[in-house]
Amino acid sequence: MARALINVPAKAAKGEIIEIKTLISHPMETGFRVTFNGTLIPRDIINTFRVTYNGVEIFAAELSSAMAANPFITFTTLATESGTLEFHWAGDNGFSVTETATLVVE
Amino acid sequence: MHTSRRKLLAGSAGLAAAGLMKLTLAPAQATPASMTVAMQKILQGAKPTPGRVTIDLPPLVENGGTVPMGISVESPMTATDYVKAIHVFNEKNPQPQVISMTLGPRAGRAQITTRIRLADTQNIVAIAQMSDGSFYSGEAFVIVTIAACLEDLP
Repeated sequence: MARALINVPAKAAKGEIIEIKTLISHPMETGFRVTFNGTLIPRDIINTFRVTYNGVEIFAAELSSAMAANPFITFTTLATESGTLEFHWAGDNGFSVTETATLVVE
Repeated sequence: MHTSRRKLLAGSAGLAAAGLMKLTLAPAQATPASMTVAMQKILQGAKPTPGRVTIDLPPLVENGGTVPMGISVESPMTATDYVKAIHVFNEKNPQPQVISMTLGPRAGRAQITTRIRLADTQNIVAIAQMSDGSFYSGEAFVIVTIAACLEDLP
């Protein structure tokens, strides 16, 4: 099970722009590397990353082999209402991880 | 069977050469031309206006395997005028795509950071797709001293 770290402020004022940082452990094997005996190491990467805020998509990304191992992505969003942020990573070999974070908006 | 030292050495040299041959069968590099093709899939014939997009990359990178990259786009980010998507391309990695991100008016600011891989000294291009359908682009030149992709080759 891949470990994901998410940094969302616990509290925010209404209308405030908050920064969200995400990090997930994943080798992001490019599919372009070869072993000592010349066989190609098959690709194993995270393809998509999606974030919903109370069910509404606020950020999405399509990743490629050019992303570093352990993808780290930060983005911003407007704190509109208290609720749940859901983070979903999906990739090769059936990789799928979902994490949630709660945000209190005052 | 008796194998002389000379024969054995000659044989192993052949093996080593065969190994090298295999290693040189590296995947085709992305070229500025293939980057243009990948960019056209997004642009659909439109021409991006240079400006409004800032790529924050270190000018000299020691380790191409993990390169911190920040991108910000000048935009009011209101319900009617916002950045729809940001696409990042490279010239010399095996593939021209790096990352494509979908934003919206709820982002507040069009500002992201991530970490990418760079196989060589090259230009990185970011294209911002605005809500009115226009495109803006930004470019950054990076010198890479130790490339990604090569770290595990013998």
